Amino acid sequence: MLRQILLALTLATSAHAQGFAGLGTDAPGFAQPQPNPTFTFPADHGPHPNYRIEWWYLTATLQGPDGTDYGAQWTLFRSALAPETANGWEAPQLFMGHAGLTTPTDHFSAERLARGGTGQAGVTADPFAARIDDWHMTSIATTGDAYDALHLTARGDTFAYDLQLTAQGPLVFHGDNGFSVKSAEGQASYYYSQPFYTVTGQLDLPTGPVQVAGTAWLDREWSSQPLSDNQQGWDWFSLQFPDGARMMAFGLRQTDGSTFTSGTWIDPDGTEHPFGDGVLEMTPTTITDVDGRQIPTGWRLDWPERGLAIVTVAVNPNSCINTSFPFWYGPIRFSVCHDGIGYLEMTGYE
Amino acid sequence: MLYTALSTLSSHWRRRPGQFLMLALGLALATALWSGVQAINTEARAAYDRAAATLGQDQLSRLERADGRPVPIAEFIALRQAGYLVSPVISGELRDSNGRLRILGTDPLTAPMEAQTPALGSEFDLLDFFTAPGLLLVTQDTANGDLPAGLPPLRIADGIPPAAAITDISPAARLLGPSDPSYLLVAPPQPFGLPPIDTATDLTLRPPEGGNDIARLTDSFHLNLTAFGLLSFAVGLFIVNAAIGLAFEQRRATVRTLRALGAPLRTVLTALSLELLIIALIAGLIGIVLGYIIAAALMPGVAGTLRGLYGADIEGVLQFDPIWAMSALAITLLGASAAAIQALIQTARMPLLAPALPRAWAQASGRTIRWQALAAATLFATSLALAVFGTGLVMAFATLAALLLGAALALPAVFTATLKLIRPKNAFAEWIVADTRQQIPGLSLALMALLLALSANIGVSTMVGSFRVTFLGWLDQRLASELYVTARTPEEAAALMAALEPDVDAILPMVSFQTRLYDRPADIFGIVEHPTYAAGWPLLSSAENPWQTLAAGEGALVNEQTARRENLSIGDSLPVAGGLPIVGIYSDYGNPNGQAILSLNRLLETYPGTQSRRFAIRVDPDRAPELATRLRDEFGLPTDGVINQAQVKAFSVDVFEQTFRVTGALNVLTLGVAGIALLTSFLTLANLRLPQLAPLWAIGTSRAALARIEMFRSLALAALTFALALPTGLLLAWILLAFVNVEAFGWRLPMRLFPAEWFNLFALALLAAALAALAPTHRLARKAPARHTRNFAQAR
Repeated sequence: MLRQILLALTLATSAHAQGFAGLGTDAPGFAQPQPNPTFTFPADHGPHPNYRIEWWYLTATLQGPDGTDYGAQWTLFRSALAPETANGWEAPQLFMGHAGLTTPTDHFSAERLARGGTGQAGVTADPFAARIDDWHMTSIATTGDAYDALHLTARGDTFAYDLQLTAQGPLVFHGDNGFSVKSAEGQASYYYSQPFYTVTGQLDLPTGPVQVAGTAWLDREWSSQPLSDNQQGWDWFSLQFPDGARMMAFGLRQTDGSTFTSGTWIDPDGTEHPFGDGVLEMTPTTITDVDGRQIPTGWRLDWPERGLAIVTVAVNPNSCINTSFPFWYGPIRFSVCHDGIGYLEMTGYE
Repeated sequence: MLYTALSTLSSHWRRRPGQFLMLALGLALATALWSGVQAINTEARAAYDRAAATLGQDQLSRLERADGRPVPIAEFIALRQAGYLVSPVISGELRDSNGRLRILGTDPLTAPMEAQTPALGSEFDLLDFFTAPGLLLVTQDTANGDLPAGLPPLRIADGIPPAAAITDISPAARLLGPSDPSYLLVAPPQPFGLPPIDTATDLTLRPPEGGNDIARLTDSFHLNLTAFGLLSFAVGLFIVNAAIGLAFEQRRATVRTLRALGAPLRTVLTALSLELLIIALIAGLIGIVLGYIIAAALMPGVAGTLRGLYGADIEGVLQFDPIWAMSALAITLLGASAAAIQALIQTARMPLLAPALPRAWAQASGRTIRWQALAAATLFATSLALAVFGTGLVMAFATLAALLLGAALALPAVFTATLKLIRPKNAFAEWIVADTRQQIPGLSLALMALLLALSANIGVSTMVGSFRVTFLGWLDQRLASELYVTARTPEEAAALMAALEPDVDAILPMVSFQTRLYDRPADIFGIVEHPTYAAGWPLLSSAENPWQTLAAGEGALVNEQTARRENLSIGDSLPVAGGLPIVGIYSDYGNPNGQAILSLNRLLETYPGTQSRRFAIRVDPDRAPELATRLRDEFGLPTDGVINQAQVKAFSVDVFEQTFRVTGALNVLTLGVAGIALLTSFLTLANLRLPQLAPLWAIGTSRAALARIEMFRSLALAALTFALALPTGLLLAWILLAFVNVEAFGWRLPMRLFPAEWFNLFALALLAAALAALAPTHRLARKAPARHTRNFAQAR
């Protein structure tokens, strides 16, 4: 049963998603993202129980004292079975926590599941705190936006981490002011990011503790039907360029073999330049066999108009999570015209 | 050569199909009874294991409160927030007039892998599983059975115990009432860098249950069945031994001829073994089929017993298991070899040219009888030593086994000694006595079988009878209240009690909760002061004024089984309500669990939040029916919400009857097998004895008189066997009551005697002997005189 729950909660491929309560098709009773949104903070940093799915998703590219690359990932998914909240064991709102730690040789991950009514997991907007069990992402900002400074912890069977994050730039809104279109049929989500974190903290690995420093990227997204029926999975990039610019790009793979691409170019000062389908070409270059699945861990991204042509290489190609649900994510480096670092998340590869 | 030997030897069975039938029947019956009992035991044990493995209880530690009450949800959250992987379970039982169902509510989101609920068929069900009204996962059998009303939708799934449902924790909380978890499951690997979980909580950490409570409780029951199965098997082997011995005697001449014609000894022995193997295989297969039929027929009874007596749920149907069949066949072959070994050795030793001398076999037995008597004495001494120094259930059964075996082995010696005492005046009577004594070695095996069957019958019926008389008397005292009422909610119960107060003699609230006492399941009851208790509750031992002390909240009563198990006596402290001295110990027959009674006030003070929906009413018995009707009509209680005394008694007696139905059935079967053993032995002897009877016929005793003597002798031997079986059986009953029951159930019963039943059994033993002797004596009476004369012609 656990696998069934996981499939349901992690947005899976559309085949699974449809199977589970028709995610990706109609969502009766749930609110739908509308164009031209106006966000209210800190309230919108908190949960939106009327929408079916929501996440607080943080990826960090880190270096140890000896220059070793590490990647850390922290996600809290909220998945609603019904557009309502309840106290006690009643479970219209389910939460899944996901934590990963990547080194050049190892990939560690852990997951936690909880129902929303007992206090085992949940998110509060003011003061901002997202928790599941002893994992949390808590605001430590004294002024400004709640996301300007965060404290982040997670713990698995063989690893733990404790990170402090400080934002060096503003929040960034994707798509049309935060209304991000996901398919030609009009599936969309509310989507904004804080891509300008610097990070310090400690990783606890089986080999011992490591002090790290680096950068991080926080994604906030919520929706009720984020995938269209003919979409199988996605490849998502968050990239940092040496001059301080950032880029978010995703490709949603469709059953007819085509890919719906979209993303946002972010100037070093935070100015957004969203782009739609067809602007960016995403081509797999390296296929890695990860536990029997053929996963494209190296990519070539081409954006001729901007003169962008980069090739990404995974820090550790074997970054599939080792639990029952197929997910690949991990830190990457890229080069050719531009050098830089980033994070790649992929799902839907069978 | 082998084929020739085999076909020559087996031609014997073609000429005597009756004998063949006997041999096959003996083997088949032995196999059937033994394998039937094994099938029942295996099935039940597998059911316990399945139940124990539910939600990984056999692999996962759990956290629970020391007093057995639910774990507050806040404790669960605190542990999770400290990083520990624990998962809540709410368990309990739903019961109404329609049926009952055990509910296990789990949290699949936090449950460790070992405790994951079975996968649901379609993913759509997941939504239904987590949201009201929820889904109950049950087996097909459970779904077809009697279930309480008002359940959420059912879904069929495998791997769920009988009469139980697995569901999400939220519907479990809704159905059962309390929303706090009954206990928390602990995942085996805890996250990185946390201190041990038992340092982080006040809850008690219980290791995985190796042997679960139910298996522990029912051990005695299964040992009982096994003992009966073994007894039946042994008795069955007596038949086989007798049949093979007969065939051996009758084929002496054939074997000698075969050897004389040049067949090597090895070939003859191989042929005999091969023949036996084939017969054993055929009979074994028939026995397996019979055993399966017996087991399947007894299974519902066994299921009823286990449910009534121990609250253990097993399915009332039997699965066929090839391993079980193979082991049954192996046991048959082993048993047949054991029964045949004597005959084979004798064949091997038989001098090639010596004349067949059946008498020598019988005459050599004087030494055997002395040897058996010695073995019997040793066994009696062992039995006595075990009874005095041994403890534990297995020891109690060993005492029984040594006693029974000793009695059986002593039988020939006792008979010979008894016959020596008889010194008749006239020569003919003297001949009868001497001849009878001479037949004892040949008959002793069959008589031993009869002795075992009769003793077991007397022993078990005495135990069951004693139980019945004591139990019924105890029920009469214990169930003194006229009406027992169950309201739908605690609030309704309170309202009912207030409304009824002026109209009845007394209202006795029945407040109880389940907990663990000395690490076993137990119920704690709270009672108010009322003469009903002092008058009605039979106390086995008590301090001075126990009921007053109890009412003052300064003492507690404990049931006999707990007191015996934990070696408690009056004045010892009982770990309830912070420790109370024991002021009385009471009989509590039929309850597998621990139980303690304290005053209602003390209970409510120590365990606040305990609520009750049940109470008893004392009222003029004549007014009881009218009051029951009023409760149903005026207060709208469901029919089964008001139960009168008679119904409770009927239910209890029904449970009791169920318990011993299986024992009774096995008893009758064993006696039947013993009868067949006797018949086979008589047939064997009838043929051997012709040379001895011929001279008597020659000197003028009529064939009819000879037949009458034979019949009389059979009856006399049966009567003598019964005379020996009676003390053995009573001793058996005493051991059952004084040792086995105490070990198995935790209570001791006074022994009662039932002479009327002995008389019935005596008549039955005579009838069996008469039936067994009928065919041989009838044949003797009709035997052609020429056959007798031929004895002289062939005199060797």
